[in-house]
Amino acid sequence: MPSGSADFFTTRLDNLVAWARKNSLWPLPFGTACCAIEYMSIVSSHYDLARFGAEVVRFSPRQADLLIVAGTVVDKLAPVLRKIYDQMPEPKWVISMGVCASSGGFYRAYHVVQGIDEIVPVDVYVPGCPPTPEELMYGILSLQESIQSGRKSRDDRSARYAATLPALPSP
Amino acid sequence: MSDVAISPVSAPAERVRARLSGAIPDSRVSVADLDLPTIETDPRSWPAVARFLRDDPEMRFDLLIDLLGVDNLRRRGRPSRFELVVHLFSTSRDEHVRVKVILDGENPELPSVVDVWPAANWFEREAFDLFGFRFSGHPNLRRILCHQAFVGHALRKDYPPGQRWMCTEEDLYVPGLVARENVEEDHFETVVVNLGPSHPATHGTLRIVARLDGEQIVEAESEIGYLHRCFEKMSETHTWNQVIPYTDRLNYCSAFINNVAYCKTVERMLGIEVPERGALVRTILSEFSRIMDHCVCIGANLVDTGALTNFWYLFQPREEIYGLIEACCGARLTVSYGRVGGLSREVPADFVARCRSLLRSIPKFLDDVDNLVKRNRIVWDRFRGVGVVTRDQAIGWGFAGPCLRASGVGYDVRKARPYDFYDRFDWDVPVHRDGDNFARYLVRMEEMRQSLSIIRQALEILPSSGPVSSGDWHVVLPPKDRVYHDMESLIYHFKWVMEGIQVPEGERYEWFEGANGELGFYVVSTGGGSPYRIKPRPACFPMMAAFEKIIVGSRVSDAIATLGTLNIIAGELDR
Ligand code: SF4
Repeated sequence: MPSGSADFFTTRLDNLVAWARKNSLWPLPFGTACCAIEYMSIVSSHYDLARFGAEVVRFSPRQADLLIVAGTVVDKLAPVLRKIYDQMPEPKWVISMGVCASSGGFYRAYHVVQGIDEIVPVDVYVPGCPPTPEELMYGILSLQESIQSGRKSRDDRSARYAATLPALPSP
Repeated sequence: MSDVAISPVSAPAERVRARLSGAIPDSRVSVADLDLPTIETDPRSWPAVARFLRDDPEMRFDLLIDLLGVDNLRRRGRPSRFELVVHLFSTSRDEHVRVKVILDGENPELPSVVDVWPAANWFEREAFDLFGFRFSGHPNLRRILCHQAFVGHALRKDYPPGQRWMCTEEDLYVPGLVARENVEEDHFETVVVNLGPSHPATHGTLRIVARLDGEQIVEAESEIGYLHRCFEKMSETHTWNQVIPYTDRLNYCSAFINNVAYCKTVERMLGIEVPERGALVRTILSEFSRIMDHCVCIGANLVDTGALTNFWYLFQPREEIYGLIEACCGARLTVSYGRVGGLSREVPADFVARCRSLLRSIPKFLDDVDNLVKRNRIVWDRFRGVGVVTRDQAIGWGFAGPCLRASGVGYDVRKARPYDFYDRFDWDVPVHRDGDNFARYLVRMEEMRQSLSIIRQALEILPSSGPVSSGDWHVVLPPKDRVYHDMESLIYHFKWVMEGIQVPEGERYEWFEGANGELGFYVVSTGGGSPYRIKPRPACFPMMAAFEKIIVGSRVSDAIATLGTLNIIAGELDR
């Protein structure tokens, strides 16, 4: 090991951790509707998500670090989704699979959440109705890239969610 | 109310009229001859009419198909604002009948018929939730699809489609059995377990709360509505053809069947025919969809019981059928391939070859699964004698499709009222007597084989060329090259897109065989570019309602296996 400052060493450890995290995502499929059926395809034999180290599907939030919301989330389900998100340990990421989860899709209706970013922060939006397995795979790969680059999971792209957070105490 | 006599009066309507006027000589009850014999009554006579229809030896309408509300606020010629529409079926005579209960006032009240048809329970709750009808005597009248904090009744015509209400954790429903003290048990304490709404075994978004004594379920309650995405309201705010993508998402495991069922209903309202080739392609793809649906049902069910391998075996044919469907229309799951009047586009050139190759490959997968399962000791223990539904229970609870046939009732719409070319094919309806999980498994496996045989025969008579859609341009979009070159086609195109097809005023109930049972569409048109009311008949809705009764006395693990064999699809259940 070359001699180096502590800084130099820490950066490498971060990279190492990011690399490990990237390749061992444990997804929790929060599958509600049609998109969940496509999700089944992506983990089964033909598409085989295992190739990207993200196939250890966990149905317990406490054992997962990637929440894949596949399908429409309606108002009745919203508190449930929030609770599951809260129960996941940090660091955690969220992929919104399909237009319903991303924006309500074509259900502009009295009982449908108009995008899950009303409730939880989202890292990757995968459009499509349902997205093809290839599209979802691309979404997962982009998330892996962003994990590798060290980007924080709870990023601020979800403006509507950020607006609901209490203001940070000024330093 | 006066009789609306349309001559010549059809024989079934005449028979109902003759019997009814003999049994209930009441001026408030009348019979009209619409697409179905339609009895109109008022809330006071309704229980008597209901009993008559179920018990009279010449009626015997023992199966409640559907019960729904209609708001006539923007509809002309109806005597009151609200009415309750009930569709009934007689398993002994293969006949349908419709009852309309004309309700008074803005917040109508009427007697419940849960004691006549147990299946009415959830349907009445739904009518309460979405229309605000109060059913006196109902055992548990509370919202079913919308959440508890919802205000108003969403399917009333004056309810804005986009008006939402916040639901917080406090608003989630807590079943009464959770809070109740359990006094009878002196030996063990009972425990309440909650499964779902997000639980791998509930396949989506159902919730079951059960009280256990040791491993045994002593009491259970299921809660649904976690995927209520307002199909019916959405369909009222779109044109007739724009509704098609929404129908895909009802039973999304076999989307194409929903497409076709909806389109056929509208076609019958319009009185147009689909060319033979189009109809046969529809049949072929519907049967492939049925196979896919059964594959998901059985595969997922076996996963729940620990037999993971079958899942991989059954998903492979599914993937291959997806390939065929994708080649036809570009989508895999939610196809939107049907159109009113035919199909959205021509099938690919190698359609027949692809179908034939599927016909060759699929049986192998089915045999593999059968070999793994049929004589497997574990599967026997988990499936045989578990989740038993007797014939009478199945009828009373409003079962349909494979689950009904597994309980000994051989009702299949494709045989009872053949549409398209089903009467020209040689095929059987598998029926089983045991009514348990294993029977449901066997019926589904056999149905897949029958579907393959139907497809084989359909391919034989499929014309090699010819249109797949009707040539009526009031209904079907003219071909693009003509739109670019002649004025008339351009005008048709413009009208089709801007105003939608025009469906004449009227109402209709049409029923077809969906993958998990009778799939019906009740459609009301006031003559315009969009539907006034559409109510799909969700096959799994009454089955889910019965689920909490089926599982009492069984173990939790058996309940999970049973849930899988009922094939509950949340999209269709909650709409
Ligand atoms: S995005 Fe489309 S496929 Fe996915 S849940 Fe919504 S409607 Fe279904």
